[in-house]
Amino acid sequence: MAADDHAVHALNLAELAQGLAAGDFTSRQLTESLLARIAGRAAALNAFITVTADQALAAADRADRHRAEGKAGPLTGLPLVHKDIFCTRGVPTTCGSRMLETFVPPYDATVVERLAGAGTVMLGKTNMDEFAMGSSNETSWFGPVRNPWDHGRSPGGSSGGSAAAVAARLVPAATGTDTGGSIRQPAALTGTVGLKPTYGRVSRYGMIAFASSLDQAGMITRTAADAALLLQAMAGFDERDSTSVDEPVPDYTAALDAPLRELRVGIVRQHFDAGLDADTAKQVRTALGALEEQGATLREIDLPNIDLSVPTYYVVAPAECSSNMSRFDGVRFGHRAEEPRDLHDLYCRSRAEGFGAEVKRRIMTGTYVLSAGYYDAYYLKAQKVRQLIADDFRAAFADVDVIAGPTAPTPAFALGDKTDDPITMYLNDIYTIGANLAGLPAISVPCGLAAGLPVGLHLVGPHFAEERLLNCAHRYQAETDWHLACPEGYA
Amino acid sequence: MSLSRDQVQHIATLARLDIADDEIAEVAEKLSRIVDFVGELAAAPTDDVLPMAHPLHRTQRLRADEVTETVERDRYQANAPSVRDGLYLVPKVIE
Repeated sequence: MAADDHAVHALNLAELAQGLAAGDFTSRQLTESLLARIAGRAAALNAFITVTADQALAAADRADRHRAEGKAGPLTGLPLVHKDIFCTRGVPTTCGSRMLETFVPPYDATVVERLAGAGTVMLGKTNMDEFAMGSSNETSWFGPVRNPWDHGRSPGGSSGGSAAAVAARLVPAATGTDTGGSIRQPAALTGTVGLKPTYGRVSRYGMIAFASSLDQAGMITRTAADAALLLQAMAGFDERDSTSVDEPVPDYTAALDAPLRELRVGIVRQHFDAGLDADTAKQVRTALGALEEQGATLREIDLPNIDLSVPTYYVVAPAECSSNMSRFDGVRFGHRAEEPRDLHDLYCRSRAEGFGAEVKRRIMTGTYVLSAGYYDAYYLKAQKVRQLIADDFRAAFADVDVIAGPTAPTPAFALGDKTDDPITMYLNDIYTIGANLAGLPAISVPCGLAAGLPVGLHLVGPHFAEERLLNCAHRYQAETDWHLACPEGYA
Repeated sequence: MSLSRDQVQHIATLARLDIADDEIAEVAEKLSRIVDFVGELAAAPTDDVLPMAHPLHRTQRLRADEVTETVERDRYQANAPSVRDGLYLVPKVIE
């Protein structure tokens, strides 16, 4: 029987794995079916930068051979897409920038290598905010991604293409990266699950750097169980990333079903203040009630310095960005200006032409806060406040197991709505940035609709508590069906 | 606080970014807003706080001093805009 007869696009990773194992369809049939769906629908969403049909079919055939030889693992033959920030050997990797429009990496990112090694089939590379700097996908050189729930709205960012592709049922899963909310906010705005693991849990090798002390790779899926499946393959020590953490990787799937009876959930008082859309607040409160019904206890907590997390981030992240972006010099790789007068002109014009406005803004902000006379007042000060914020979380986790609240202050906003004012755009990440500053794992789970648009429930845990977050999200999804809600026209 | 045209031009030079004259006013306006916004941090009491060095308070891992890289110059230079005889070409720097 062909894959089309099984409506494979509607199935999640776990269901597809069952179908492959049972012989209901082959990986080639599955891949052909999804490639056809992508060919028909991806352009309207602008979710992809590159579709890798030939490589995908070859990988699918390999997976089918392995299965026939009895060598299939849990991910063998399962399709996914990678955010175009992950280097893929021989496949263009643009990071959403003109700067890297023609860049073809000579190597694979560790995330790509591990997932390919586990037998997954990459269908393509997804659109994103330029160098992951943005919260709406509008800073991409390749144009904004459209939200499948409403094509006039943003899917969030920076992993907007990954989120839109999963929400539109073009693929069951996508990788993403999260520096200030870039996995979780688009997941919330598109009704998908987005997990940002603990800093250092997943290797950053081959993941084009934005802010190295905050960047972390994760995934966007439709269920927490699928996120657990992928994390199993992605997590773990990598000697090629100097901040990769050498800690054992638990069995993420084993803990999914544990009851929530003993779970203590902290609700951050400051996260339900005036900045939160009323409909969103209502949906999140209902979701918290659903956790309570499963035996969890809720208590209000304070994170006294959390209101400073966005300004802290907008010193630390641009500072690291300005340093990381200095590698783009028009000499070794990337865009180069025509007929430079001298070396200085080559640098300045190559960078001015290669980078978009938001990336330049962040490079300049970072250059300013690190420059002589301002370093102590901005950068050093921000790293101190960052420590205070991390201490607040540590104190809170003495009394609660997870911290819950909204992922984003509003549902998806209209394209063009926030592009004039960088601060308004930055404030979109007000609830997610704290986890990055403190290096904590966090997940967004679909928990309702506000005016017909998805709302995300945000759960943050202590370092290395991915199991607990996935367990909590999975139990919530077992009792609710918001993750099954599908944008009109994409069922 | 408002950044002047000269300040913006200086930052752009440090960052090796060419900025057109007719862009400076807008860049200055947006950068000033960001600088004002992060200026909120000044009021935070941090006298006895050590700046964060690592989110997990770990120290940098060291590796053994062994050769692990191989020379793959040609493969890496395939992405370079201009090379000759294995060398990256830039405009003349010594007159």
